[in-house]
Parts: sequence; C-alpha cells; structure tokens
Amino acid sequence: MEEAVSLELTPDEAARITREQRENKAARSKNLLEVKNLSTHFFTPDGVVRAVDDVSFELGYGETLGLVGESGCGKSVTALSLTRLVPNPPGKIVAGSVVFDGVDLLKLSDDGMRKLRGKEIGFIFQDPLTSLNPTLTIGFQIAEAIRQHMGLSKKASYDRVVELLGKVGIPRARDRLGDYPHQFSGGMRQRVMIAIALSCDPKLILADEPTTALDVTIQAQILELISVLSDEFGTAVLLITHDLGIAAGMCDRVNVMYAGRIVETGSVDVIFEKPRMPYAWGLLDSLPRLDDVRGERLRTIEGLPPLLINVPDACRFNPRCNFARDACRDHEPELTQRDEPGHLARCWATDKGGWIA
Amino acid sequence: MTAATNGSNLVEVSKLKVYFPIRAGIFKTVQGTVKAVDDITFEVRRGETLGLVGESGCGKSTTGRAMIRLREPTEGSVKFDGVELTSLKSGPLRRLRRRMQIIFQDPYGSLDPRMTVGSIISEPLETHRLAKGEEKRARVADLLKMVGLDPSYVNRYPHEFSGGQRQRIGVARALAVEPEFIVCDEPISALDVSIQAQVLNLLTDLRDRLGLTYLFIAHDLSVVKHISDRVAVMYLGKIVEIGPPDVIYAAPGHPYTRALLSAVPVPDPVMERKRRRVILTGDVPSPANPPSGCRFHTRCWLYERLGKPENCRTIDPPLREVGGTDQKAACHYAEDSLKSDVGVAHIDETLIRHGTPEAALRVAHKSTAEIIGEIPEGDIDQALIPSIEEVPPPADSEASDEGTKPN
Repeated sequence: MEEAVSLELTPDEAARITREQRENKAARSKNLLEVKNLSTHFFTPDGVVRAVDDVSFELGYGETLGLVGESGCGKSVTALSLTRLVPNPPGKIVAGSVVFDGVDLLKLSDDGMRKLRGKEIGFIFQDPLTSLNPTLTIGFQIAEAIRQHMGLSKKASYDRVVELLGKVGIPRARDRLGDYPHQFSGGMRQRVMIAIALSCDPKLILADEPTTALDVTIQAQILELISVLSDEFGTAVLLITHDLGIAAGMCDRVNVMYAGRIVETGSVDVIFEKPRMPYAWGLLDSLPRLDDVRGERLRTIEGLPPLLINVPDACRFNPRCNFARDACRDHEPELTQRDEPGHLARCWATDKGGWIA
Repeated sequence: MTAATNGSNLVEVSKLKVYFPIRAGIFKTVQGTVKAVDDITFEVRRGETLGLVGESGCGKSTTGRAMIRLREPTEGSVKFDGVELTSLKSGPLRRLRRRMQIIFQDPYGSLDPRMTVGSIISEPLETHRLAKGEEKRARVADLLKMVGLDPSYVNRYPHEFSGGQRQRIGVARALAVEPEFIVCDEPISALDVSIQAQVLNLLTDLRDRLGLTYLFIAHDLSVVKHISDRVAVMYLGKIVEIGPPDVIYAAPGHPYTRALLSAVPVPDPVMERKRRRVILTGDVPSPANPPSGCRFHTRCWLYERLGKPENCRTIDPPLREVGGTDQKAACHYAEDSLKSDVGVAHIDETLIRHGTPEAALRVAHKSTAEIIGEIPEGDIDQALIPSIEEVPPPADSEASDEGTKPN
C-alpha cells in the first residue's frame, strides 16, 4: 500500500534542502542552454506578427526556469522555436541562436535535429489527450522513442517502459502496456507523457503548461513528480506556465514575458518579493490569494495586451501601465540590471534615474 | 462585501439528487446510474455569495443547474423564495426564471455568433416582455455601460470581442431581467489572469450595487475565498464541508478540504517552500460506483492515520456542525482533523503581497483610488485590439472593419 501522506519533512528542513539543492545547481555553472536574440515572426496577410522578439536567456544544467506570462505573450512559441517546431509557414525563426549543450540548434540539419528531439530534449505538453496517439498502445508509444534513440531491442525497450511507468507512479505497469490512451484518466495520461519525456534520459524537459488541464489535487501530484524526477535525473526543466503560484513553487529562476519580450528576469525570490516591472506588479496584484484579506478589491491591469503587428519603438506595456511617462512612449527600454545580480527588468521607471525609486 | 445576511433563505435545497442513466448496447438499456449529485441539502441566504468548489466531475455545475431547473432533479426539493421549483409548470417556471439567471463558463460557446451584442442582451427582455422599442435600446445601452463596455458596441458580433469582453456581455445578458439570484458557473476560469481580476471585480461591484445573491461555482479555491460569504466544498456528488471562508480556510474540518488547500499553489516562493502537500494518491473514484461509507475514505489521509476505522468504510457521515462557527463537515473524525495543521500550515495569516510597491503608488499618474477602484471603462481603441490567441478568423460582417486579425 502506498503511503497516502508525505509529511516527514518539517518546514525548516524542507527549506534547507531546497536551499542546498539550489546551491548545488548553481555550482555547476556552465549553461545547458543559451538563447541569444531569438526572434520568431509569423508572416500573415495582415502583416508580420512578432510573436517572439529578441529574446535571450540561459538555462543551467539541472535548473528549473519558469517562463511566465498570459496567453499570446510568446512563451509557447519560444519553446517551439528552441526545437524548431514552429509551423512554417506562417512562422519563421528570423534571427538569433539557440546553443544547446554546445551545439547551435538553428544551424543543425533536420536529421540532426530529429535525433535530438525526444532524446536530449523531452516534451510535456498541456493536453495529454491530443498529444498521445489514440490508436496506439501506451507501451508502444513510450517504447517507440526508446527504440528510435537508444537502439534497444523490443524486449529491452519494453522492460525500460515498465520501469519508467513505475517511476511515474502507474500501478501494475506491466499489465497496462497494452492499454490505449482513452483507458487512462487525465492525470494518468500526463504521467505517461512524463514517462515518454524521460524515456531517453534527456538533459532538458520542455514542459508547456503541463498541469493546466488538470484538477488541483492531480496538479499537485504531477508537479511533485516533475520536480522529484528532474532532481533525480538531473534534468533541466523549462516550465511554461501562466500560474504564478506554480512558478513560485517549482522554479529556480523566472522569466516574465509580455508581448513577445522578456520584461523581467531573476531568481524566483527576487521576482516575487521585489519585482521591478509594473507588469509583474500587476500580475501579482490581480491574483486572488489564499492568504488574502477577504473582500478586498483586486487591483487589475486595465485593457488588453497589444497586437504584435507594427510594434512601435515604445515600451510594449505602456498603454496599460499606471506609471508610464513620455519616455516610455518614445523609446523601448532595454533589459537592465536592478539591485541584485541576475535580476533584470525592462522599464524606464525603475531603471537608474527612473521615477520610481 | 455584502451586508450581513438577514437570516432568510432565498434558495433552499433539500435532499437533492441528480442521477444520469448510463445506457449501452444496441437497445440502449440502462446499465447503471451516475450519481452526479447525491442527496445534498443546503441553503443560499438572501444577499450572500455562496461559493461552490470541487474538482471536475464532483457535481458542482449539475447542482447549480438543478437549482434553477436547467437540469431536472431526480429527487429532492429546491425552493426559490418559498416556491417549490421541482413541481412547477412551465408557465409559472418561466415567470420565476426572470428572477434567477446564469452566467456560463465558456465565453465563446455561450454567445450565439450570429446575433449582435444588442440582440443577445435584449433577447431576455423580449422573452419576458419587459421592454420594447426605444426603451429596450436604452436599457441595452445602460446594461453595456454597467458591465464596462461602450454602448456603441451594440451592433457588433461576439467574435469581435476578447474573452473578457465576451464574459461581460454574458453578465449583461444575465442582468437584463433584473434577477435576484445568479448562478455563476466558473465565470472566470477560461480567462487570462489579468482579465480574471477585471471580471471578478465587476461581479463584486454589481453584487454590492444591485444586492444580488450569487451561487459562485469554481474550482479555484483562492478565487472562491475572495468572493464568497460562505463556501461549500463538494466531493463526488456530496457536500463535504460548508461554512464561512475564514473558518474553512484556516481550520478545515474535512480531510478533503485540507488536501485541496494543501494543493493550491501560492504565488510566494517562501510559503511554497514551507508547504507540506497532502498528496492524494490516485484519481477521484467514478460517480457511477462510489465507494461505500464515506466516499473519500479511499484517498483519505486521516483514515490512514487513524488506522482505518471501520465506520469510515460502512457509514456515510452526515453533514454536521463542527467548531461552532457556522461550519459543518461530513466526517466522522472532523474533530481530529481540526486538531491538526495539515494542509494549512504553510498559509501565513500575515498578509505580505508583493505587488505594486508603495513608492510606485505615490507616483502613479492615475490616482491611487483609480488604480484600486473603478471598473475599466470600455475604450474603443483598446477594445478592438484583441490578443493574438483569442481572435477567430475574420468574418464578413461589416462591423469588423478594424482591429480583428487572423491567427
């Protein structure tokens, strides 16, 4: 019988362990992934949509990086661009470089790229029902990647599948190899997706809203699983989410995206405690929280995100910003450093000499 | 916040059951029943907002719909302002429906794409013969203003609006007949974070201004806590706990409520590190074949901890008073649950919200009151800038001459 509760850690211990893990990760300094000036545009009849515009970030070995933002901000397109899965046409990576473990993915041959996807980089998508093939058994779908990439025999690959399914918490794994996706619940399907993502010991997992389609208690199970397994295998995770709570609990560092740009980046603590970009303030303000005083009115961000066609040289958030001045409308600010190293924000108001101290 | 309730109940639900038959085979014979809502009793007090939370499939939407008889209850009674709804004939029911309305979750599927905003909002006025001609037009314009949309939008079609604006249209339609009671069925779940807050504020403002009573259905516990005067938690067709949010969220009596609370992510890394999740193993059992006794016992941490007491397996615990502060829980061992801090230990009562800093509020070019208050006024330019993912392909309507762009 599985233990129903895991309450063995006191909060202090838990905090200490998390801190140590964080420091260990920081110690391995060289970056697994370096994205520089990545721009992905969509060429539509109405004009060029600059979905991802000059985005740069890096991700260390074993690190969990959050990509946070609302729908349409370019976070999913960023992830697709990293693996060159942007539908073309209309989409095209127009500039930049993506160096993964020393290799520039944007210069790699199609064949080389295919060998990398699923092997070095695993995927977990939002909707496990549409990302699994309904006509193939679970066992086959997990074994497929293993056979392709690791060259194992049929028998050996199925043994590995059973081991993986056990790891992701599917009981009686051997009996379920012949089951089809519809015989699994949503949470179970997402576990299968995680098993596929981990099947070839990838160095990086791209998790695009992995729990959005799930209930909170199932979400908790899946997030726990991702964080335990990524620690165990030393896998780096790029976690894309719109839920700031998930980012706060899972990530070492967070990138906040808005309208195709990274507008703020920093360690998870600094982003949630001392954000320096009005969009981040607005996001935090507008969330109802469990620890809130009830009945207080929420501060909201007015208006809607801008259309990414014919973007003017101005801060993209300025029409919705309560602190915008002429400078914000004249030029777009760069990502510049704030008080702590590694904490960067794209805002004239909170930059040196800005009007918000 | 709503004023304290005056004690009288607007809606009384007693022993409500909604079962769905499972049909299979060539003759479509009934093979079993899904007990979507199974014997629940509660009341909605006049002027209050009752939050209804639970995971998908727990029966919360079915409950909401049965309460305004959009679903026929299998058994039990629903009284609206003293009138028994379940046996009402169609004429009187229709007249009564004027006083109760619903706002749906999906702002895309719940508005007819072939109707203009004006005709969507005025349809209930016509159905109930409340206004005609000029009066109707004036009323629609008022309603649009009330929900923060520009009255000049009346001739536009739903596809020209973003998700948040569509939800405002849904709210305006519900308000058209001046109802007393509105079932809000996950009204903000389909929206983006910043837009959720806008709609949530709109709903609270309207409630306070018009003295509305809400049944607010949601799966997000933080949202429900924010808006509700009382909260009911459902699991597998049963209400397992009901009471004021401050009580329920600080000292939950039911182990399931604790498990739910422990699973909600809090946007605060410090608190997240302190969290000890109660990981519920497995999935929710099928409502076609619920576990015997307490339905939660198959996943219950307290049951395990207490050494699997027999009555959890055999006797279905009734909803009973615990704690003495308007709180009821359906658990044989609610007192033991109350003694622990499982699920709520990480939630700090001292509020530290790291949103807009004080220093920034002082230099805001809009007044602080304005940032904190005010329903955003619909601004035409703003409104017509849809976000990329939300916009459907352009239709041929004349009104969509600007702003809408294909994906």
